[in-house]
Formats: sequence, C-alpha cells, structure tokens
Amino acid sequence: MSDILAVADHRRGDLRDVSYELVTAGRELADETGGDLHVAVISGTVDEFAEKLNREGVDAIHTVSHGEEFNHDVYSQAVTQLYDELAPQYVVTPNSVNGLDYAPAIANELDLPIVTDTIGLEADGDTLVATREMYGGKVETTNELEGDAVVTIRGAEWPAAEGTGDAAIEAFDADIDEDAIGSTVTGFEEVGGGDVDISEADLLVSIGRGIEEEENLDLIRDLADALDATLSSSRPIVDNGWLPKNRQVGQSGKVVTPDVYIAIGISGAVQHVAGMKGSDTIVAINTDPNAPIMDIADYAIHDDLFDVVPELIEEFQ
Amino acid sequence: MKILVTVKEVATVEDEFEIQGTEIADQYLGADLNEWDDYAIEEAVQLQEDGIADEVVTVTIGPEECEQTIRQALAKGADRAVRVWDDSLEDTNVLDVGAKTEILSAVVEAEDPDLVLSGVQAGDDSFAATGVSVAENVGYQWGAVVNHLEHDLGDVASVRRELEGGVEELTEIELPAVLTIQTGINEPRYASLRGIRQAQRKELDVQSLADIGVDESAIEADLELTDMYEPESESDVTVWEGSAEDTASELGDLLRDKGVAQ
Repeated sequence: MSDILAVADHRRGDLRDVSYELVTAGRELADETGGDLHVAVISGTVDEFAEKLNREGVDAIHTVSHGEEFNHDVYSQAVTQLYDELAPQYVVTPNSVNGLDYAPAIANELDLPIVTDTIGLEADGDTLVATREMYGGKVETTNELEGDAVVTIRGAEWPAAEGTGDAAIEAFDADIDEDAIGSTVTGFEEVGGGDVDISEADLLVSIGRGIEEEENLDLIRDLADALDATLSSSRPIVDNGWLPKNRQVGQSGKVVTPDVYIAIGISGAVQHVAGMKGSDTIVAINTDPNAPIMDIADYAIHDDLFDVVPELIEEFQ
Repeated sequence: MKILVTVKEVATVEDEFEIQGTEIADQYLGADLNEWDDYAIEEAVQLQEDGIADEVVTVTIGPEECEQTIRQALAKGADRAVRVWDDSLEDTNVLDVGAKTEILSAVVEAEDPDLVLSGVQAGDDSFAATGVSVAENVGYQWGAVVNHLEHDLGDVASVRRELEGGVEELTEIELPAVLTIQTGINEPRYASLRGIRQAQRKELDVQSLADIGVDESAIEADLELTDMYEPESESDVTVWEGSAEDTASELGDLLRDKGVAQ
C-alpha cells in the first residue's frame, strides 16, 4: 500500500485546469497502488485552492502558505519535505512550464528517477509503466521503472476530477530556508496584444513550417483574404519573426476554438495541438500522411500546400 | 565569464518509417543538431560578441559520429567542445535524465562555467528535465523555459520565462545558473564558410566516463523502454483524394457548408 503525492499548479490567483486532471491521474494511480491520494498546494491563497481541489477521490490536502506565486526553490523545499513526511511512492506534477522548473530538481534531490510528459500511467506493485511520446509525437513508447519516482503528466490527457471530496485539509508547516532561494519573480507580462484576436475568429487559416520561406507567406495571406479568414500560425513562424506573437496558436500562444481550423503545413506538435484541438472542424493540408496533426484532423489533404492553396484561392476569388 | 552550452545530436525520423522492436529502423533515421540547443548556442555566441562571455564551450554526450554536429556549433562561434562517450553507453536503450545529469554535472564541475545554457528539450526523447536536474545536482541556480535574457549580466541573470497562454514571467536569477533556452529567444545564425573552416581547427576534447570521474554504475538508466508503436489516431479523418483542384474543391464545399466562407 503506497500513497501518491500530487502537486497542484496555479497562477495569478487561479488553479490551472491541469490541477484537476492531476487529481484524476493521482487517484487512478492510488487505486492501483492501494494507497491514499495526497494533494499539495503551495503558495498563493492556499485555503481557497484547497477547497477547490477537494474533489472526489482526494484523501488529504496539504497546504503550504508561503509567498503568492510560484517560486521553484519554495516548491522544491516544500515538496521534498512533504515527501519525507508522507513517503509516497510517486510524486506527480503537471508537465507545465512551472512543473518542469522544479520536478527535475526534486527528483535529483530525492535521488529518484523522473519520467516526464506522460500520457498514460499504470502502477503494478513496485513497477510503473509510463506511456510517453518521442520524435515530436510520431511514436508512442512505454517505459518501465521500479520503485519510487517523480512523474509529470501532460495536460488534457486525463479528465478533470469532479464532485466534492471529504479530504482532510491540513496546513503543512514547511521549513523554507530563505537563504536557499536564488531567484525572484519580479512580474508578469501578457505578450502579443495587437489588433487581431485570433481566439475570436470563426475561420482560421493557420500556417506552419511547411511554408518554408517568409516570401511564401503572401500565398497564405491571399488565401486568408479570399476566404475572409483570420491568419494564425504555429510556433516556428513566430519564432522566425514572420508573424507577430499574437498570431501564435498553442500552449505558449493563444487557445482557439473556431468553427473551422485549416492547418496548412503544420505537423501538429503537442504544444500546438493543445491550442487548437477545441476547434469545431479541423482540416489539415500536409504532404506527410503520418504527421501528428492527422490524428486530430476531421478532414485531410495529403498534398503539397503550394499546389492546393492556389486552387482554393482561385475558387473563392 | 565562461558559458557552457549543452549540444545534443538528435535523431530525426522520416515521414514514412518502420519500427523494429523498441527502435525506429536505422534507414529511416537522420541526425541533426537539436533545435533548442541551436538557440542556446546562438545566445552564448551573442553574449560573447557583446563582450560579456570570454569563452563559449560546448558539451555533448555522444559517439564519434556526432562530431559533425559538434562542428556545426563550433562553426557558429563556440570556442571549443567537449564530447563524452563510453562503450558502456552503447547498449543503453534510454539515456535517462539521471544518467545525463551525472555526466553533464561532472563536466560542469570540471569546467566551472558561470552560465550553462541548455535547450529546453531534445527533439527526439523530449524529457525537458536535464538542465534543471543538472543545476540542482551541482548547486547552481536555474530557470526553465527562458525566452529572453538581458545581456548586461552581472551577478544576476534577468530573464523572461515563457509560461502557457501568452504570459511571460520576469525573473531574476543569481549566477552561476543553468538556463534552459526556448526557441524564439533569438535567430540562430547559419555557419559562415569562414566559421566552418575555423571549426575544423578548434579543439574537440573527447572524454570517457573514467576521464570525467563518473562510475559506470552511476549512469545505469532507471527507465527501460519496453515498447514503441505508432499512436492510434483519435479521429476518423476523411482524406480527400485526387488532384489539387479536386481536393481544393472539396474543402471549398466544406467551408460553404459550414457557413464560414462564400
């Protein structure tokens, strides 16, 4: 019988959705190990967060009141101390930007293996079988490890926990060594801005790496004009400076839910998919029939965008 | 200031491929400089050009075949390279975070850099954990997913961390530190012909595990890759076949049916 410790994510006063998904993943693991599910919430309005996290299947919630926002040193210290106190088999965190900023550190500190970005987990006795992707989602792998471990879970892979639980909510008196804190968050900034809000569009024409050269972007602009659609893109286009940040769809960009999303020359990296999979209808134009985008597309054209797009423009001009 | 950049040669996979056991068959694999590391190299070289860094050293875990990739980093401006390899690593099917941490930590300790820049993740195994793990291991500060670094470094690195949903966090990190570098932080340069010629003459120091003082038992992977397969499609995708004219026409009909285009 071994317990699970799940560490919630929050930002600027709100619990992040993945925290509820984490409860589901943690509960499933706890059912397999036959133990309890402990949830930790660190910094911010912890009592309020604890009430929200008290969903079905949670056995105990540990609050660590220290500072307002995420600080990886505070999280590392609090989680390692909770680990020492609770001796869970697995520490589970979101595979979020902040999760990746402390989970590897606690794994190293506690001398535990870490398996990141998991999309499936199964515990059998001392063995954990973790499913994750490689090569940008082209393959899935199963990975086994023995004994205790730190695991990070990908967002939106588990359903959010619902209902109301009867967890014991307790303040955990973590001994935070202020001298060991080597970084300070000084603020947050929304990026992008601009005059176009891609999250409001009904029809998005979205372009990715397949466009090859900046000059070729004119072709996609012509298409957006012909269709009276809004132009958006995947990350590499913005990284190259070909479109401003406010056009980027994905985890680090905007989440969009148009009626139709036309993904042109976009392979469908998980970070991109996270931002557009809520679209009503997804059309992918890509020469690679095995591109991950095909897994979520409703319609696909396995052809060269430079052949298909001019035909489409002609049809609507 | 000395900067150490972790450089990985990643495996790339062709559009069509076959899996043999727990690996992709060799003939479908290529090799490339890890995209995220390319941005880390560029950032280090820019710090050198700005007179902040005196030396940029790269470190790579990999066999002799990856020297081509290391030379790319040298051609872009890194001063010298360290490559660590050992026959005992040859049969490992996963070089997991713990093993990489042991090896890279030994090199960090030997080189004693002020700043370590590492790609956020590797394009092949995507663990995205090694940089932070190394930092904790050697007692450096760290910042994960950095997409902006102020180039007036003193004792503190002022960075922006790219959070989800178009929000950036402004953070001050004491040096020495490990920063994991996100794409988009800069525009990686192409190596010039002159750079490529010069790279051939730069020092590429090859070290075994024994050389860097790491015991073989310390790099035994905790993780075992037990299966590899192509993911099942979540959707029943309708594939439009035919000429570009035909498929464009199908898409046109769909857009009209959905009422989003006339």
